[in-house]
Amino acid sequence: MRTMGHEAPAGDLRLANLTKKFGVFTAVDDLSLTIPQGSFFALLGASGCGKTTTLRMIAGLEEPTSGQVLLGDRDIARLRPYKRPVNTVFQSYALFPHLDITENVAFGLRRRGIRKVAEQVDRMLALVQLEGYGPRRPAQLSGGQQQRVALARALINHPQVLLLDEPLGALDLKLRRQMQIELKRIQTEVGITFVHVTHDQEEAMTMADTVAVMNAGKIEQLGAPADIYEFPATAFVANFLGQSNLLAGEASGTSGRDVLVSAHGGRFSVPAARARLARGPVFLGVRPEKLHLVATAAAVPAGHQHVGGVVTDASYVGVSTQYLVKTAWGSELSAFSANSGLGGQLPVGTPVVAHWDPRHAFLLPREPGEDDRTTPLLDEPVGVLP
Amino acid sequence: MTALAHVPTGSGQSASPPAPRRGRHRLLPYLLLLPGAAWLLIFFAVPLVQLAAASLYDPSGSVTTGYAMTGAVGNYPAALQEYWPQLVRSFVYTGIALVLALLMGYPLAYGIAQKAGRWKNLLLVSVVAPMFTSFLVRTLAWKTILSDNGWLVGLLRDVHLLGPDGRLLATAGAVVLGLTYNFLPFLVLPLYASLERLDPRMLEAASDLYASPLRAFQKVTLPLSMPGLVAGTLLFFIPASGDYINAELLGTPRDNMIGNVIDSAFLVKLNYPQGAALSFLLMAAILAVVFVYLRKAGTEEVL
Amino acid sequence: MGSRFGRWIADRWVMGVALLVLGYLFLPIAVVIGLSFNRPSARNTYDFNEFTLDNWRNPCATSDMCDAVVRSAQIGFIATVVSTVLGTLMAFALVRHRFRGRAAINMLIFLPMATPELVMGTSLLSLFVAAQVPLGFWTIVIAHVMFCVSFVVVTVKARLAGMDRRLEEAAMDLYASEWQTFRRITLPLVLPGIVAAALLAFSLSFDDFIITNFNSATTVTFPMWVWGAAGRSIPPQVNVIGTAMFAIALLLVGASSLRGRRARRAALAVPVAAGRPAKRLS
Repeated sequence: MRTMGHEAPAGDLRLANLTKKFGVFTAVDDLSLTIPQGSFFALLGASGCGKTTTLRMIAGLEEPTSGQVLLGDRDIARLRPYKRPVNTVFQSYALFPHLDITENVAFGLRRRGIRKVAEQVDRMLALVQLEGYGPRRPAQLSGGQQQRVALARALINHPQVLLLDEPLGALDLKLRRQMQIELKRIQTEVGITFVHVTHDQEEAMTMADTVAVMNAGKIEQLGAPADIYEFPATAFVANFLGQSNLLAGEASGTSGRDVLVSAHGGRFSVPAARARLARGPVFLGVRPEKLHLVATAAAVPAGHQHVGGVVTDASYVGVSTQYLVKTAWGSELSAFSANSGLGGQLPVGTPVVAHWDPRHAFLLPREPGEDDRTTPLLDEPVGVLP
Repeated sequence: MTALAHVPTGSGQSASPPAPRRGRHRLLPYLLLLPGAAWLLIFFAVPLVQLAAASLYDPSGSVTTGYAMTGAVGNYPAALQEYWPQLVRSFVYTGIALVLALLMGYPLAYGIAQKAGRWKNLLLVSVVAPMFTSFLVRTLAWKTILSDNGWLVGLLRDVHLLGPDGRLLATAGAVVLGLTYNFLPFLVLPLYASLERLDPRMLEAASDLYASPLRAFQKVTLPLSMPGLVAGTLLFFIPASGDYINAELLGTPRDNMIGNVIDSAFLVKLNYPQGAALSFLLMAAILAVVFVYLRKAGTEEVL
Repeated sequence: MGSRFGRWIADRWVMGVALLVLGYLFLPIAVVIGLSFNRPSARNTYDFNEFTLDNWRNPCATSDMCDAVVRSAQIGFIATVVSTVLGTLMAFALVRHRFRGRAAINMLIFLPMATPELVMGTSLLSLFVAAQVPLGFWTIVIAHVMFCVSFVVVTVKARLAGMDRRLEEAAMDLYASEWQTFRRITLPLVLPGIVAAALLAFSLSFDDFIITNFNSATTVTFPMWVWGAAGRSIPPQVNVIGTAMFAIALLLVGASSLRGRRARRAALAVPVAAGRPAKRLS
């Protein structure tokens, strides 16, 4: 059986200065990035950030205003969608309601003139664990099953790149988790480049090798999920991917291997390797789970830095307790304390000292005049299962 | 492989999209619209202009000798003076029929939309089903039902609702009944469509918030069904006021509506200027009523 | 007790009224069906006299009536084909394309539905007379296409607007060219709307009296034949035609709803018969 992927020249997917304007609105702004062949790549961003437009330009459903979409060294940006070795799993699936599952899955093969499809279709349905569902209509399948059909329908064509547009958005939480694992398994099995668009940071982190965080048509940061989480590049990333306590301060240069920072009357330091800049207005960032609460300054471990405050809110969420600590200058820091059985609950009103290991802190650029960004933007903490 | 075989490589052509695709797309909608729009222009819009012209012809001409275009505006007051009773009667009959149709159609639409459960589709088909037979055959069936020696007249005479010589056929009542009957489905269908969207939980919420069933109807159901009510009323009113089949088959010349007059002006008396003037008077009257009604109902967006 | 009875009434009176109104709607249909099996007495054609199948055995006893039925069917067929094609094209343009003059086109489509038939009939007649077009079969066809087009546009447009554009994008993504996408996805999905529009157009055309009456001269369609006969005496065969129309339409509706239901059931049965439930994840 001849398939497209095997004949086309192998290669990475590269976007070069890709721009899309809708009238005066710039949806995607001079975007350049390289997605290595065979990787699982996630485009992460809030709705309206341009991630779906980027995906549609790769698929050929949207024509770029300028720039290139390179597959290997071929520019495919101006090809019609049906001339590209790229397939899409659409948001809410777009299964053809008048065709049964077999014909849905076989659709791409038939359009390319392949007559004998039964064997391939069966193999694909087995891959997505839907054996025997061939004669059904899409409307008779559950959301999770429809999702698998959409996946099988795209994968059967052996595309060079598979695009997934919020593929799990319509599923409930439990099914979503299950499909995340399964998508990852299938990607490993078939070895095709997956480009996954999502607004769910947790989904992006669990599945992707590389995550690109998009904001306002541009990429804010690109890297492995852990690297981005542990050392975000911008305040946007620090708060979009998980939560962060960002204290407004001024960096006054390096001293030895540390960058010195003054903030709210206190003096702090951050390892130079974890500072995006060494001088000027900065955010001193600490993740809530890296912030520990003790009763007095005397209990702070050696080498840790600290600020004082009062507990104003304590939410017990099972695996952890989330505290809000109001500092002397009025900002509220959030701190997660794992519910490991060691140490008791701190009631609201308790004076506490919040401390952290400077090796867990990070320094980010800050617009002059911008204040602390410490109020959590998201309800769900990353890495801590509710 | 076919799909990839003719893929051009390189990136030289990225500056501007291929021109033919854009060009074809800009013209395509006009090509699609052209035949239909031309048909409507030539056979709907142009005839209206011709009718307007015909209404201003010199009334002393005839179809055989030809008409002179004299801008005879006087055709209008002349026609109105002669036939105003028929014009008024058209709207009176239609108005009464409309009230009757609302009294019957609202419970019917509401019952099907909200109370019928799994019988909903069957009942909905039943509303349309009578229209499957010919309009004229249905109206003739009413002629049978209302006839002097039919069972209905016999029954009504027996219970003295009708005098021994009382009749149903060839009365104004028969014409109104025929109008009500023939155009009722046009009223029910849009009404059903908007009542079907009504979430029954809203009525529960209303009764939870101390509304009696009557109040709940007045404050929730009725306002929410307004678009359907307005659309249905217009779909009933416009064809009914121009109808003359019911007046002809179920009434007597005393019950003639404006349609009968126009029909005979064009087809019997061959007085085109008069017929054209009456047609425009009818349309003007309908437009006036519709306009005032939409103003009152306050839902211009239905159209 | 009293209040419970009151509640029972309150819950059901609407349905009661609804059924009475349905009875009113069906009364003439029952009469038409009944009269189609009636042997009229010599004097009075309207009265129920004696059961007979004669009318059904010889529906064409009055042969000019059957000619009129055939003529109506011919006109209906041509008008349906033309108006369905024109209207479907317009619906596609309106739903799928942006263009200047959309408001004017919408107005042009809406107005024929809001204009009394009488006005359309008389205006078309004055055009034909002024242009010296001889009235007859083809002027009727022209008139019928004119008033059917708008209804076709509205019906197809509704179906098309309800269609998910992503289905077409998905087809293009799966190597279907523009034409293949139209042929394999768009057309099959819009087809029920087009069929519904065609049936509507045919029934509108077949049953039209007022507009036809002004533009037919001596050409007689079925409604016109009935109109003419109403002045003299109505042969019972008219009711045979009426009943047959009713039955055919009912059959069409019934068959389409049954087909939909059976397709759903058959598709459900297969995987059960195959006996292979989906494997769980390993």
